[in-house]
Amino acid sequence: MERTHSAGPALGAPAVRLEGMAKVTGTARYAFEHTPAGAAYAWPVAATVPCGRVTEVHVNEALSEPGAVAVLTHVNAPRLGECEDPILWVLQDDRVPHRGWCVALAVADTPEAACAMAAAVRVEYETWEPDTVLTADHPGLYACEEANGGAVGSRERGDFDASYGSAPVRIDATYTMGALHNHPMEPHAATAEWQGGALTVHDSSQGATTVQRMLAPLFGLEEERVTVISEHVGGGFGAKGTPRPQVVLAAMAARHTGRPVKLALPRAHMACAVGHRAPTIQRVRLGAGEDGVITALAHEVVTQTSKVKEFVEQAAVPARTMYTSPNSRTTHRVAALDVPTPSWMRAPGEASGMYALESAMDELAERAGLDPVELRVRNEPEVEPDSGKPFSSRQLIAALREGARRFGWYERDPRPRSRREGRLLIGTGVASSTYPVLMTASRAEARTEPGDVFRVRVNATDIGTGARTVLAQVAADALDVPLDRVSIDIGSSSLPAAPLAGGSSGTASWGWAVDKACRALRARLDEFGGEVPAAGLTAVADTSAELEKEAASPYAKHSFGAQFAEVQVDVDSGEARVRRLLGVFAAGRILNSRTAHSQFIGGMTMGLGMALLEGSTLDPVFGDFAERDLASYHVPACADLPRMEAHWLDEDDGRLNPMGSKGIGEIGIVGTAAAIGNAVYHATGVRFRELPLHPDRILAGLGRST
Amino acid sequence: MKSFSYVRPSDVDTAIAAVAADPAGSYLGGGTNLVDLMKLGVAAPGLLVDVSGLPLTEVTPTPEGGLSVGANVRNSDLAAHPLVRARYPALSQALLAGASGQLRNAATTGGNLLQRTRCLYFQDVGKPCNKREPGTGCPAREGVHRDLAVLGHSAHCVATHPSDMAVALAALDAAVRLRGPDESERTVPVTDFHRLPGDSPERDTVLEHGELITAVELPAPAPGRSAYRKARDRASYAFALVSVAAALDVRGGTVRSARLAFGGLAHKPWRARAAEEALVGAEATEESFGRAADAELSAAEPLRDNAFKVELARNLAVRVLASLAAPGGPDAPAAGPAPGARPPGPNSGS
Repeated sequence: MERTHSAGPALGAPAVRLEGMAKVTGTARYAFEHTPAGAAYAWPVAATVPCGRVTEVHVNEALSEPGAVAVLTHVNAPRLGECEDPILWVLQDDRVPHRGWCVALAVADTPEAACAMAAAVRVEYETWEPDTVLTADHPGLYACEEANGGAVGSRERGDFDASYGSAPVRIDATYTMGALHNHPMEPHAATAEWQGGALTVHDSSQGATTVQRMLAPLFGLEEERVTVISEHVGGGFGAKGTPRPQVVLAAMAARHTGRPVKLALPRAHMACAVGHRAPTIQRVRLGAGEDGVITALAHEVVTQTSKVKEFVEQAAVPARTMYTSPNSRTTHRVAALDVPTPSWMRAPGEASGMYALESAMDELAERAGLDPVELRVRNEPEVEPDSGKPFSSRQLIAALREGARRFGWYERDPRPRSRREGRLLIGTGVASSTYPVLMTASRAEARTEPGDVFRVRVNATDIGTGARTVLAQVAADALDVPLDRVSIDIGSSSLPAAPLAGGSSGTASWGWAVDKACRALRARLDEFGGEVPAAGLTAVADTSAELEKEAASPYAKHSFGAQFAEVQVDVDSGEARVRRLLGVFAAGRILNSRTAHSQFIGGMTMGLGMALLEGSTLDPVFGDFAERDLASYHVPACADLPRMEAHWLDEDDGRLNPMGSKGIGEIGIVGTAAAIGNAVYHATGVRFRELPLHPDRILAGLGRST
Repeated sequence: MKSFSYVRPSDVDTAIAAVAADPAGSYLGGGTNLVDLMKLGVAAPGLLVDVSGLPLTEVTPTPEGGLSVGANVRNSDLAAHPLVRARYPALSQALLAGASGQLRNAATTGGNLLQRTRCLYFQDVGKPCNKREPGTGCPAREGVHRDLAVLGHSAHCVATHPSDMAVALAALDAAVRLRGPDESERTVPVTDFHRLPGDSPERDTVLEHGELITAVELPAPAPGRSAYRKARDRASYAFALVSVAAALDVRGGTVRSARLAFGGLAHKPWRARAAEEALVGAEATEESFGRAADAELSAAEPLRDNAFKVELARNLAVRVLASLAAPGGPDAPAAGPAPGARPPGPNSGS
């Protein structure tokens, strides 16, 4: 189905964030900043053993703290109903599946008192020997049926072994990375209040409808009796995509105590309690002809999940889309360990998988004696390799070429370790990016009354992306009115139901429903000759039918991009620093150039952190992540990002949605780490295949090379 | 958080008397570390005596040609002080290499010396730590210890001291001025102020309960030049993996005097006396700088995952000494190598 885009003046413009002033002046309220009368404060008690079970919880000392209200344990906490996500099954039994699991909840009149109470709760455990260390030959590894996102766990096309065995140019390399943490600036927080059997929560979440639908059966309520508000959210990066324990704990504590309860997870609890990107060990084998054209590709992923539930980082999935590969094997094997449960983190699968694949492509380019951009050009597939579907649009080569031009790529001497400034080795690297186009059905409503603005209602979530503003732009163009004639309400389950902000799908999903509702309203208005009747006009939209058709689309739909990096490596200290980072993205129509730019460079910044800085150590003895704060878990600082540029290509793809957009929240992180890693190789002549590229690793590598 | 009392006296002896009288009393400076530790449950003072109102805020030239730095002088002010920049560049550079701009604005000279280790086990009350709870054990020795000590550690503790400033002070022969109850005063060289862990890692310094740091005294600058260099994971707001402070006087190609201290290697700023001994009278060449560093670092006993610190310390020492010996002057940047912004030093093209 081909569509023509609305081409109004609002979309594409750098509209400023509608809530920007409220945020910078502090009037925008986040989940923990709502204080119903009589509110109490909750503080979780995290398990201090790696695995086992709780045998006794001593609460008397805690209850004698001034201001103490209650201690919830698995013995006295309200019983929960059905739950499809076992990480929410808190305080229901005595098991301790991993360190950091919530084993009690202190509730007090003040947060300080709750904290003191939590410290005074004494828990006795029966402990078991933990299994916490992932290895490529862990005996517990099994091939999963499905990886995250519904991708089939393992897939083979053609005959990889035979083709690889006879390929004249071969790469066989294994790439390793530890866990990464989302660590949004706003911790996971919730304020819960019960009134006459109805539950209202302010939750720091990426999707209030999702939270509502999860909470209702947990607490045995009809969905209508649960209201979830996520009006402003200070980042999530996937860690707030589905409900996390804080909202269940707050609601339980409020029910148990009969008071509204506020809970913000302490930063030190977050690494273990709210998900993370799982560690991966990725083996990539590429077999190619002398011309560099790939004949055999294997991407085999080993990763871990917890014993609470299976979550498999789908790192081998992008290899099913990226390059010509007549013979291909993409597999995921996972071991369930006594460790915290991994989950979504910005571009799950693509961020980790494209680090390995794009690093291997760089190795192949060198082995084949080709420029890395040219290698990718030669391996451009005509159709999506796994599905055989044509791409709705694919501008990978254009992005690579535009990036190469802007970056000055061809000015480099391709020989490794060929550029030196004093004690610094300088290098450049490139990698491709990709992210699928995802969309989910959504509802929306548009209404107007005489003399009023147009009011748009949709339970979208703005986690800092600019979604609120972009949706107002969509509405303005669909209504054919200036932006200031639109008022938009998002972030509450009392609004028309909508999917969560995740998978870079929010704007497309919500926007489609907003566009549809607004066009319907305009049509209604036309019926009245443009005069709003006294009773006002309302139009509602539901894109279920459109999305059902979409699922049967004959096209493969993905965004693509190219990342270029210049790094310096200090030969004395082993410090690798990025000098320049440049990304070019082809991601459909860009709906707001200001917020889109922020999304791209935000993703690239996170990719830089993944490449060079963000180190998390799973303590094998204690079974938790040793780095528990932002002083020890190093996200990039401004000094790490001297020059960053994000550009995008015009992309007119009529097969997407009425806005022609693809989604931009995640592609910025994809490929960044590989581009930086490839630049470090070019600088040093040493292949480092383990992230992050901390000075100790680089020094060791430089030592080996001389 | 445990409740505590708080007072903010305006004269030194009242403050000292208050802490001396209360075994659970503690001084509060800029609060950039102690308040965090209180939130984490690592520190639980019953009484906080806020010394930020005490008149210890001046940087005063001494008759001997040195400087006396009041304990309340903020790190950012000290780093920017013209006399510090001109005469003790290693100190200014070390200060600017530490923490973040916001923290430097709050942190004080006295408080900086008294900050606690950032060992991850020390900061997690859910895990054993001999420094936090003597006798509970040191999981870092076999656990996560990439950032921890390679010199002077003990079976009981492998923590490092986190200060950048103290490393420069150790190299510059600074001393800590202490005042105790009953108006007692003493001066302790910075090199003797912090302790090695031995079997009592809970004690970071030789400070007695109730004693207050009133000033840090810098002697007249030694001949030659000084510089500080720090290697770290992140370009700012990260503790040193290894740092080096050095002052070097070279004449006619021969080292006349040398002062060298390492950070990130030990429970205290590590004054490298063996290296200094090897340097004096030696030729000012990279080879002899390397030999001098080796003389010091041969005592290192790295743990499983931190042997890189020995090589890193050697490399940084050679580089800083070479930059100080070079005719053009030190190229050690003030706040670590700013990516892309580092001016080519005299060693460029080597």
